Amino acid sequence: MIISVASGKGGTGKTTVAVNLALSLNNVQLLDCDVEEPNSHIFIKPLFKRRDPVFVPVPVVDQKKCDGCGRCKEVCAYNAIAITSKKVLIFPELCHGCGSCTYFCPNDALREENEEIGVVEIGRKDRIEFIHGKLNIGKMTAPPVIRAVKKHTSREKTTIIDVPPGTSCPVITAIKDTDFVILVTEPTPFGLNDLSLAVKVVRKLGILFGVVINRSGLGNKETDKYCQREDIPILMRIPFSKKIAEIYSRGGSIVKSLPEYKEKFQILFKEIEKIVSGSNKAGSN
Amino acid sequence: MKEIVIISGKGGTGKTVIAGAFAALAKDKVLADCDVDAADLHLLLDPKIKESHTFKSGFTAFTHKKYCEGCGTCSMVCRFEAVKKDFSIDPISCEGCAFCSFVCPKNAIEMKLNTSGEWFISQTRFGPLVHAKLGIAEENSGKLVSLVRKKAKEIAEDKSYKWVVIDGSPGIGCPVIASITGVDCAVVVIEPTLSGLHDAERVIDVTRHFNIPVKVIINKYDLNCDITEKIERWSKDRNIQVLGKVVFSKAVVKSVVEGKTIIEYSNNKVAKTLSDIWKLLERELAG
Repeated sequence: MIISVASGKGGTGKTTVAVNLALSLNNVQLLDCDVEEPNSHIFIKPLFKRRDPVFVPVPVVDQKKCDGCGRCKEVCAYNAIAITSKKVLIFPELCHGCGSCTYFCPNDALREENEEIGVVEIGRKDRIEFIHGKLNIGKMTAPPVIRAVKKHTSREKTTIIDVPPGTSCPVITAIKDTDFVILVTEPTPFGLNDLSLAVKVVRKLGILFGVVINRSGLGNKETDKYCQREDIPILMRIPFSKKIAEIYSRGGSIVKSLPEYKEKFQILFKEIEKIVSGSNKAGSN
Repeated sequence: MKEIVIISGKGGTGKTVIAGAFAALAKDKVLADCDVDAADLHLLLDPKIKESHTFKSGFTAFTHKKYCEGCGTCSMVCRFEAVKKDFSIDPISCEGCAFCSFVCPKNAIEMKLNTSGEWFISQTRFGPLVHAKLGIAEENSGKLVSLVRKKAKEIAEDKSYKWVVIDGSPGIGCPVIASITGVDCAVVVIEPTLSGLHDAERVIDVTRHFNIPVKVIINKYDLNCDITEKIERWSKDRNIQVLGKVVFSKAVVKSVVEGKTIIEYSNNKVAKTLSDIWKLLERELAG
């Protein structure tokens, strides 16, 4: 089963839930897909054994063969190619690597070269297989790095995916093809506003989901009312506590410092299993 | 006119609360919410929308079944795994490159212009706000950010305002890069946690990569005083000015619940510190 942990708003506790859930389960892998700002490793402290660079293809022009016809510019949907005084200029940061320009060049003047945009690191800590991606500084596009991390998904294990904040392409790339999404929120107007956006995304993708309320007790009751109105299960509440904030601040885990939480995260997992298997049965009937 | 953007790397460190405070403190300014896929600043500013526009950007392929003969050329050239087994297109995976539509021998694939979101010019009790809403599961947030910034700048120039205050998004990728390029100062809000510092380091590296002047605010500094000290040393080593340290206070959450900026909420420590920070920032950027 693949469970992704997302939120809409940043800083609501995605990494806390993903890390502590992984620490409470057996036969598990944790994939940190927040490749712009990966944090799970701070809490897991894995030993990395492998480091694979992530490449995207970008076109390179052979000026000797190019006659400046402009066909490549015509087919580029991303304005990544400009022609100035019959010379081709390529802006790799705008390129999506579709390969169209290279294919259509009538003079065979374009070829694709691999550009490194990030890295995937693979390691382990005790029972947890740990994989994360890191987008290189100054690079724009996270999705290819996220896809490279997700290639390590193992169907024999329980996979937990730490998702980036927001609701746009990196989030969709991370939660796509997962079995369940945990939406972590905090009971504040900002948390609720961004939760409702995230719910719309998850519903559009047709993935099962439920909510974890972090810092419960802070803010107001509107998040509870919203979940009730929208018929969204609240799977767990983590109370607002300075103790938990302090554990988090120094890179500690809740289940190690407050062992009673281990069972709570196991119950969370069982709840999710129940929802997913219930829906599979309903689907096969 | 000076543009200031508030970013953080890590989410939830207090960008929007601080942007809201600057909105209340700065004179003659335009506000811009560039966190277009999870915008929250409007919750503090209660904008009255004056203009709304659709944001059209990018294309999505669409297969017209009646012309398609199922040759599969489209799926051979597509690198985004967007062509399904029945040769229809998964709009969520499609990146709109149009390669498939060029190679289709039957011209069965149409490229349709996306409506990717909306953007607004609003009036608030603190002045004009330019904000946006990215469509659900839409892309091109970077372009929408650039558009919001462009409009905010136009208004500021038109009215000879002194400031454009930009609320940024978490991360280091395309929307962040679009929100920081060419600004006069990026204010990085750091919380004293190992992840807060880790993420701030990465986003500060990005500002340096693009030669953007950067300053730091340590928010909720008393959550972990050791890490706060570490952030101060770290900043000093890199010649980055710490504008101030803001104490953790439940008044912040209460002000958000009431839909007020922390400056309006009550006479509290956070408001006092942020007022001092704004005065300092104003002085620093005046020269």
